Amino acid sequence: MMLQLFLLLAAALLAIGLYGALSQQSIVMIMMGLELMVNAVIVAGAAAWWFLAPHRPDGQVLVVVAITVMAVEMAMGFAVTTAIFRARDVDTTDAAADLRR
Amino acid sequence: MQLVVFVVCAVGAVAAGAAVFRVDSMARATFALLASFVFVAVDVLLLHLAYLGVLVILMMIMEMVVMAVFMIMYMMNPAGLMPMSMMHNRRGALAISAGTFVLLAAGILLVRWPARRGAPPAEPTRQLGEALMGSKMLVMMVLGLALFATMVATVVLAQHRGRYDRYGDELERRVPDDPIRGGVGR
Repeated sequence: MMLQLFLLLAAALLAIGLYGALSQQSIVMIMMGLELMVNAVIVAGAAAWWFLAPHRPDGQVLVVVAITVMAVEMAMGFAVTTAIFRARDVDTTDAAADLRR
Repeated sequence: MQLVVFVVCAVGAVAAGAAVFRVDSMARATFALLASFVFVAVDVLLLHLAYLGVLVILMMIMEMVVMAVFMIMYMMNPAGLMPMSMMHNRRGALAISAGTFVLLAAGILLVRWPARRGAPPAEPTRQLGEALMGSKMLVMMVLGLALFATMVATVVLAQHRGRYDRYGDELERRVPDDPIRGGVGR
């Protein structure tokens, strides 16, 4: 039963992160939503490793990949925010809808 | 005992995660996210992943402190002094995320999960280290390259005036074109 509990926690975190990523206008708040979603992957990966196949390192390696993804997402997100803020004073997604035109 | 710690941390992680999008102050949102990460890391520690759990805690403390600085730099309402809504399509987002949770929860509860195969290693950290330096070396190499590419890309994106702005598209200028004159030999 514990595996299901861990996976339910991951599903809840993913859903909250998805809500944030879809509903927020501020670019930094969207990044927070994405981080919550990656956090869900960390929980699910760690639980899958411990409860399904602890004799193989795959689950742990997946967690390391997720942690790296989190670092890369944050660094790139802030770099893009800096670039667009510097160029046009934009800090919300609704003000950066150029591709829609 | 473990179950109690797990439930407390899981509820804390979900509550703190939800608080991120409910509080007015963006600085408070950042620290709510940090609390959510720390609760999750404690749950990871319960799975005997001492190294990865501690890594998540240390990394997230640094990351959220940096995030708080960026919040205060860029966002129009960092301290929450003026209550304002920075959201769009709230109902749609709520419906999509609730639907996603229901779908995932149904899958989690209905699937017959396989039984555990093999015994846990005596030292999970050693298992991870040996995998990253052995059979999973390719993963480690790709991560290293991705991090290096990220460093280069972030510097390129974040800089104000690069060498192409200063020396021209072909880098043909002998003297850089700077907004303020001066410097050695100029």
